[in-house]
Amino acid sequence: MEPRPAISDEQVQVEDIEIRLLLEAIYQLYGYDFRSYSPASMRRRIMHRLTMSGFATVLEMTDRVLRDRQFFVTLLNDLTVNVTEMFRDPEFYKAFREEVVPVLKTFPFIKIWHAGCSTGEEIYSMAILLEEEGLYERAMLYATDIDKNVLAAAKKGIYPIHAFKQYTDNYRRAGGRQSLSDYATARYDSVIMEQRLKRNIVFADHDLATDQVFGEMHVILCRNVLIYFDRPLQQRVFKLFGESLDMGGFLCLGTKESLRFSGNEESFDVVNRSLRIFRKRQMRPNA
Amino acid sequence: MGASWGGLNAYSSVLGALPDGFPAAIMLVQHQNASTENRLAWLLARYSRLPVVAPEDKERIRPGHVYVAPPGYHMLVDADETIALSMYRAVHFSRPSIDELFFSAGHVYGKKVIGVILTGANEDGSEGLDYIRRRGGLTLAQSPQSSEAPAMPEAAITKGSVREVLDLERIGPYLAEFLIGLRDE
Repeated sequence: MEPRPAISDEQVQVEDIEIRLLLEAIYQLYGYDFRSYSPASMRRRIMHRLTMSGFATVLEMTDRVLRDRQFFVTLLNDLTVNVTEMFRDPEFYKAFREEVVPVLKTFPFIKIWHAGCSTGEEIYSMAILLEEEGLYERAMLYATDIDKNVLAAAKKGIYPIHAFKQYTDNYRRAGGRQSLSDYATARYDSVIMEQRLKRNIVFADHDLATDQVFGEMHVILCRNVLIYFDRPLQQRVFKLFGESLDMGGFLCLGTKESLRFSGNEESFDVVNRSLRIFRKRQMRPNA
Repeated sequence: MGASWGGLNAYSSVLGALPDGFPAAIMLVQHQNASTENRLAWLLARYSRLPVVAPEDKERIRPGHVYVAPPGYHMLVDADETIALSMYRAVHFSRPSIDELFFSAGHVYGKKVIGVILTGANEDGSEGLDYIRRRGGLTLAQSPQSSEAPAMPEAAITKGSVREVLDLERIGPYLAEFLIGLRDE
C-alpha cells in the first residue's frame, strides 16, 4: 500500500481557515455560534463528519451546509456533544444531597438552572433528588440547551430501557432512597419519566455563547459543557453565571472543569473540591 | 503515547527510564473504564522522576511534565498549548482514545511531536500515528514480541505509520537520548 502523502504546515493552516469559514457560515445562516469553541475539539468533530460524508475539503462541506438544511442538522448533531446519563457521577449527587441540600432547606423558594441539559437525564435526576428531600414543591428548575432537538427529547423524558440498568446503579450510589422505577413507567423497550417530575421544570433554548443572564438562581449546574469552549468564552460564561447566581448560590461544574482558569476564582468559595461544587461569596461591606 | 492492554507495565518501564530534566511534555492515553478518579496518574507517579499530572480542562502543557488522560474523556492539544478535554464519541470503543490525542498533537506540533504506540489489543492509535508521520513527526512502536498484547503496535506497523520499532526497555532510553541530544545541539 502506497503511504499517504505528507501534510505541510501550509495545508494545516488552510484547513484551519476553512474551519473558521464554516463556523462563520453556520453562525450567519443558522444562528448557532460555535466560533469560540475549543478549536481542537471542534476540528475533530468536523473532520469526523467530513470523513463520514466523503467530502474532500471543509470548503466543499461548507457549500453543502449553506444549501442543505437537512445536512446541517446532521452536522449539528456532530458538533454538539450529547453524552449524559441519569445520576451521572453518582458521587456528585451524593455530595449535593449532603452538602448543598441542607442549605437549600433554609430557603423559602429555590431556583435551579441546569445549563446544557442535553436530553434531560440529569434534570430528572435533580428533580428526583429534590422530591426525596422534600424540596421539589418549592423548587423551579430551568433546563436549557443550545440545541432545540435535544430539548424536545428532554421534554418528552423517554429513555431506552437498556440504559436503565446503569441508571439504577447510579441512583443507588447517589444515595437514592427508593427505587428508580418508582419515577418511571416502562413501555416496550422504553422508559417514560413520570409526569409529576415535570410539573416544576421549564425547558428553554439558551445559548451560553450569545444569550444573557438567567434570573436570580440559587443553584447553577453546568457539567461537562464548558470543556468545549475556548478560554475567552469560558470566562464570559463564568461571568454570566456569577451574575445569574444569588449571593450564597451554588455553582456545580464537571469533575474535570476548573475555576482556576476562569479569571473569576475569587468570587467563589469551595464547597467540595473534587466534585467541583462552589458557592458564590457574600458581598463584603465596604471597609 | 498510547497503550491499552498491558499499559501500566509498559508505561512504568518507559517513564522509569526518563531522567530529571527530560525536556519534553509527555501526554499519555491508557484505555480504561470511566471513573471520576484518575488513579493511573497516581500509580505512575511512583515510577516517574518527572511530575505526573491528572489534568483539568485548559491545563497548560509544560515541558518535563507527564499528563495522563482522565478516564472517560478524550485528551486533546489545543493551539495555545493547553489541554482540551472532550466527551465526544468513543473511538474504537475507547474514551480516552489514542487517535484523538495523536490527531490533535500532530495538528498543533507538526514535526515537533513524537508519537509512541505501546502494547494493546485493538487498533486505536494507528490512524493518529499515521497523521503524526504525515505531519513530519517521529513515530515509534513497541516491538510486538516485547508487547503483552501485540495487536496495537502491529496495526500501526502494518499501516506503515511507524519509523522505529523498539523493544520495551529501549523506548525510554531512546526518547531520553533523542530529546536530550536535540536540546544540547
